[in-house]
Amino acid sequence: MGVMGINWFKYSSPQAFYPLAGKLAPYFLGAAALLAMVGLYVSFFVAPTDFQQGEAYRIIFVHVPAAWMSMFIYLVMAGWAAVGLALNARLSFMMAQALAPTGAMFTFLALVTGALWGKPMWGAWWVWDARLTSELILLFLYIGYMALQAAIEDVRRADRASALFALVGAVNVPIIYFSVKWWNTLHQGASVSLTKAPAMAAVMLWGMLVMALSFWAYTIAVALLRVRCVIAEREREAAWMSED
Amino acid sequence: MHWAGLNEFLAMGGYGFYVWLSFGLTLACMVGELWLLGQRRRRLQQEEMR
Repeated sequence: MGVMGINWFKYSSPQAFYPLAGKLAPYFLGAAALLAMVGLYVSFFVAPTDFQQGEAYRIIFVHVPAAWMSMFIYLVMAGWAAVGLALNARLSFMMAQALAPTGAMFTFLALVTGALWGKPMWGAWWVWDARLTSELILLFLYIGYMALQAAIEDVRRADRASALFALVGAVNVPIIYFSVKWWNTLHQGASVSLTKAPAMAAVMLWGMLVMALSFWAYTIAVALLRVRCVIAEREREAAWMSED
Repeated sequence: MHWAGLNEFLAMGGYGFYVWLSFGLTLACMVGELWLLGQRRRRLQQEEMR
């Protein structure tokens, strides 16, 4: 019994998931805030000055986690879309829909903080290289997904069409990730490498990981809160909504 | 602690504008998204009242 005794399938129905999402969201928000405080402390008070980039490199502590999230969220969104298509599960489509705006936001932040880092380091806000261009395409994919979802009147058709769109767009994620290897680019290689001075790399890595965990907790909380709105909007006419 | 004082901390070795705008925008986006969700929720609750 125990954890296994809970009927997890029960929560695949929007009606059962709605109150659960409402209960869980505050915990994830709290975790996000705590982790952000630790992450910011590491970013500004533990991590030393970079010997090449001075203090400007501290942008890494928001830029890299935001960029990671932009890719992770897309894959999770495409995963929910796939489950929705395979099992015709309404809640899966709703989860995909609830993740898209947050994914788009992190993509936007990755691009903007990248520009704010690129200007002092490369002397340019933007260059049309493989990493930056494929990340910009990711933003357009999120926007395209949301636009398609919103444009089709019939919710079931909107779900299926946008899910298919999300799945096809997923090929862009490995392209972003490997772009720094496949093409000659101005953007530096993968951040998680331990080939630099070890102590430095470890502190930076921990800072980025804690910030990324904070962004994860935030994303889960926001997705839960948004899926509640999506459920409420879609099931407006259903009787159970007005019960509590 | 490697900051001699508040001014040095804010200056970020001359990169203050870029560093603080990056962190500030990130915070503003996250808080803004939560606020927008709160608005959406309130709108739904008002509709429910009617």
